[in-house]
Order: sequence, then C-alpha cells, then structure tokens
Amino acid sequence: MEPKDYLKDINEIKDMMNKSSRFISLSGLSGILAGVYALIGSAVAYWLVRTSARGYLILDGTIFKLCLLILFLVALFSITTGIILTTIKAKKHGAKIWDSTSKRLVFNFLIPLIAGGLYILIILIQGKYGQTGALMLIFYGLALVNASKYSIGYIRYLGFIQIILGLIATLFPGYGFWLWVIGFGVMHIIYGGWMHFKYDRK
Amino acid sequence: MSIITNINKVFDHRIRLGIMSILMVNEYADFNMLKELLGATDGNLASHTKALEKAEYIKVEKQFIGRKPNTRYSATNIGKAEFKKHINALEKLINKQ
Repeated sequence: MEPKDYLKDINEIKDMMNKSSRFISLSGLSGILAGVYALIGSAVAYWLVRTSARGYLILDGTIFKLCLLILFLVALFSITTGIILTTIKAKKHGAKIWDSTSKRLVFNFLIPLIAGGLYILIILIQGKYGQTGALMLIFYGLALVNASKYSIGYIRYLGFIQIILGLIATLFPGYGFWLWVIGFGVMHIIYGGWMHFKYDRK
Repeated sequence: MSIITNINKVFDHRIRLGIMSILMVNEYADFNMLKELLGATDGNLASHTKALEKAEYIKVEKQFIGRKPNTRYSATNIGKAEFKKHINALEKLINKQ
C-alpha cells in the first residue's frame, strides 16, 4: 500500500466514527432565528412591563402570565424552526433526521433541560421567581454541554457561556433579564451565524 | 520494519475499517445501521462481518425485535485492542514520510 492510502484509511476511520456517533446536520440558521425570536420576545415583554401601571413585574398579575406565554411562544417557535431547518439540511446531505445519533443527541439534551424546567416551574409555584432567568441559563447551558458529546461544532462552548451568564445572573439578580437577553438572544445569533458560515455555506 | 507487523491484515479493507470504526464509538450497531453508514450491499457486508467475527474481533448477537429478526454487532475487547494497534501503526507510517 502507498503511504497515501494509509492517510485515506485514517480519514475514513475518523469520518465513520463521527458519522456513526455524532449528529452533524444541526442547522446554524435555526440558531440565528432562535436568537431573533428571543430578542423579539424579550422586547415585547420589556415593553409590556414598562408600560404597565406598576412598571415592574409581580408574580400574580396578567402581565406575568403574558410574559410566560411569550416565553412559551419563543420556545415553541425556536424548536419548530430548528426541526424544520435541520430536516431540510439533513435531506440535502442525504442524512436521516431521526437515526440513532439524533435520538441520542435529543435525549441527552433533554435530561438537564426537563429537570431544570420542572425545577423552575416548582419554585415559580412556590412564589420564588427572582432567579428564573439565571436558572434557565444555567440549565440550558448544562443541556448544551451534555448534548455536545453527540454533535460536532462548538455547542459545548455555547453551553459554557450560558452557564457563566447564568451564574453572573445569580450574583446580580437585577440584571437577570439583560443576561437572559444576551444568553438566549445575542449568543444564539452569534453562534448560529458562526456555524452557518463555517459549515452550512459551502 | 517492525512497524509493518502491526498492520493487521484482517483490517485491510475499507468496509472492515468502517465496521470497526463504528463499533469503536458505538456500544453496538445493527446490520441496517452498518449498511446505511457504509453504503455496502447485504452480501458484501455479511462477508466482511463474518471475517471479523471469525477473528473474534466482533461479537454477533441475533435476536428478535417483535417478529423481525435483528442482528447486532459489537466490538470485542480483543477487537478494540487490535484496532487501536492498527491505527497506531497507520499513524506511524504516515508520520514517517
């Protein structure tokens, strides 16, 4: 065998290991859009709270319910967009969207996310909402770090950034909203844009 | 030329390299998953898995999922060790150039 063939062998091995264990079709564009939704959502929430009679948020008002609805809509739109764009991208690459790699990715992503979501819901019911933004950032960050083992790209670092932002928000609860905007809005757009230009546009 | 001895003849084929690579990073893989990832035909893949099984580098388990027969493969400890040796030998050969 020629030395060149050995190099091809090694590349083939690397490629197979990645392809069989990591889901590679995550769309960067969906990250950008998720960030945009988060920015729009937080802008609407900000406007609602500022123009309300009190000018700040309390737990049992209509505005609080509206904010929860906005949050839910942002999540719903982000997930739907993510699924649609990732399906399109996977089809283009001839990859399957629902195979063992994507199943593993989603499963491992959901463990910290659901645990965190339930935790936040429970303490909200108990009337403790000061740390909601921080907790969302921290648990989302942990979910990303956990999922990163099953995908390529740098999701792990996006996760680290979210965790750090979450911890800062814990220290300075007054800035929780703005850190949430940076984490879920700005960071998604930066990360999604970076991935889009790095991997998607070839 | 001591390095050459570590180049394992059993792995000297694209499909076999592929099977071992997949089984190194996955606990197990079934026949269809291997087929899709490697783009091999049934007969071709079957002959290569048989060769690897004969060398005791992979373990074959036949089972039923519902009524469908399902064959799943996993790498044995010997297989993993041999494959690592093989990769190291390949790397050394490349670095030698």
